[in-house]
Amino acid sequence: MLTLEMSEVFPIHSDSDIVAVRQVVRKRAVELGFRLVDQTKIVTGASELARNTLNYGGGGSCKLEILSNGARQAIRLTFEDHGPGIADIDQAMKDGFTTGGGLGLGLSGTKRLVNEFEIYSKPGEGTKVVITKWK
Amino acid sequence: MDRIPILKMGRILLVTIQVDMHDRMATMLQDDLTQRIVATRARGVLIDISSLEVVDSFIGRMIGNIAAMSSVLDAQTVVVGMRPAVAITLVELGLELPGVRTALNVESGMTIISSSLQSEESDADVGNE
Amino acid sequence: MPDSTRRLPAIIKSHSAQLFDSWIQLQLSAGGRNAALIKEAELRKQSQDFLTVFTNAVQSANLTNIEGPEWEPVRNNLAELSKSRARSGFTPSETAMFVFSLKQPLFSLLRTALTKEPEKLADETWETSLLIDKLGLFCVESFQKTREDIIARQQQELLELSTPVVELWDGVLALPLIGTLDSARTQVVMESLLQKIVETGSAIAIIDITGVPTVDTLVAQHLLKTVAAARLMGADCIISGIRPQIAQTIVHLGVELGSVTTKASLADAFSLALRQSGLAVVKREARSAESLTAKGK
Repeated sequence: MLTLEMSEVFPIHSDSDIVAVRQVVRKRAVELGFRLVDQTKIVTGASELARNTLNYGGGGSCKLEILSNGARQAIRLTFEDHGPGIADIDQAMKDGFTTGGGLGLGLSGTKRLVNEFEIYSKPGEGTKVVITKWK
Repeated sequence: MDRIPILKMGRILLVTIQVDMHDRMATMLQDDLTQRIVATRARGVLIDISSLEVVDSFIGRMIGNIAAMSSVLDAQTVVVGMRPAVAITLVELGLELPGVRTALNVESGMTIISSSLQSEESDADVGNE
Repeated sequence: MPDSTRRLPAIIKSHSAQLFDSWIQLQLSAGGRNAALIKEAELRKQSQDFLTVFTNAVQSANLTNIEGPEWEPVRNNLAELSKSRARSGFTPSETAMFVFSLKQPLFSLLRTALTKEPEKLADETWETSLLIDKLGLFCVESFQKTREDIIARQQQELLELSTPVVELWDGVLALPLIGTLDSARTQVVMESLLQKIVETGSAIAIIDITGVPTVDTLVAQHLLKTVAAARLMGADCIISGIRPQIAQTIVHLGVELGSVTTKASLADAFSLALRQSGLAVVKREARSAESLTAKGK
């Protein structure tokens, strides 16, 4: 059974907002006692998704939640925007970082940095990506 | 807005990134460096990232771009001091840094560049004989 | 029976000294390992401290739910007690008996106070028994938790001890891996290698797997990721000691070694490392017997 211990929302409308998200995610990860490598992974993942939200989604928000399942705690980040959305999610997940032909959102790479990764998107309806890292 | 300082050491430009840069700052650094390479006819660019706790795809791409542009301008790029946690994360992310040489610290980075410049000169000497 | 009509609170409060005395007497006369593992003065202090917080908690309106805030001082007291008794070598049962042994003097007290109200006595005795049982069980669980924490810490220490990184020469590290590698251990080991690379400024790291009987895909991938990470940091890795079986597994699993340098033995790898560092091992000239005796004079 998951309990929600904390929830905060941050706007993503500029470059500095991406930096702010990185800094608060790191702060929470340190507070929860994540190992250094895991801290780096979740902050890097957050940076990637925040940037996508800004550059591809036209701006949006990041919700930071701290969850507990009794024995372990986790950080869950939800990135949401009301941008163009992604038509072919499977393809987007296959693309890397090169902006050559694909979207270059680096989603598959980000997925490898976290324990849980969910993405919801429809063309014209925006995109929502939820990542969770357990301590 | 603050700019990242670029130091000139002989024919090598040294950039030490110590802050969590926002994207615009990174882009400015890329432009500044390109201009300085041309202005000083530098043959080497040393990027010290030993203070960086996070290197994401944007910074990664910036580094790759700097390396590519330097190469066109006949300069070598060496990235030094990457932290273990950052290296592990970049490998997991699947981000590659093509055309970028790496070294453990500024000293070894300098050695790489100067020895390659020296061997260029001796090759040239041999050619002239 | 509603907590407000309970008689225990008042009875304990007015007979606290008597309760303490009879309880202590009981514990001391019970003998057993008590005498060997704990000094009388300490037993007295532990008992007094517990009785104090217990009596206070009992005065509250809550006499059934020991998880409630009114019982926090008692829970803390018992948690500390469990921890210290675990360290002294008591078993969980012995530690819980500390709490259970309070029943006898408590029931005597109740019997004397409620001698004219047999029904009330029966109810009160039952409810009090339930309360003490809960506290005793809490003791046991606390004890368990302490033991689990100690085991977790020892496991971590063992993991750290079994991953030695050796400095073979200036700038050359060796990581001799021994035994079967599992994913978790490999990750920890690899991270400590990378950390050592930074700390010693070594540009070459030899990962020797002579002592590793088998390698699965996950472990092979971790190894390759470590080599890639080291390269990004500016260091090169050489993998040595690949046994025939492991070589087969690697090919069979389709793991791409790519540009990773491999050597059959740690010695070959070291030799390569020295060459790459621009170093060579040179034989010194033999000293003649004359010059040796000349020095002796």
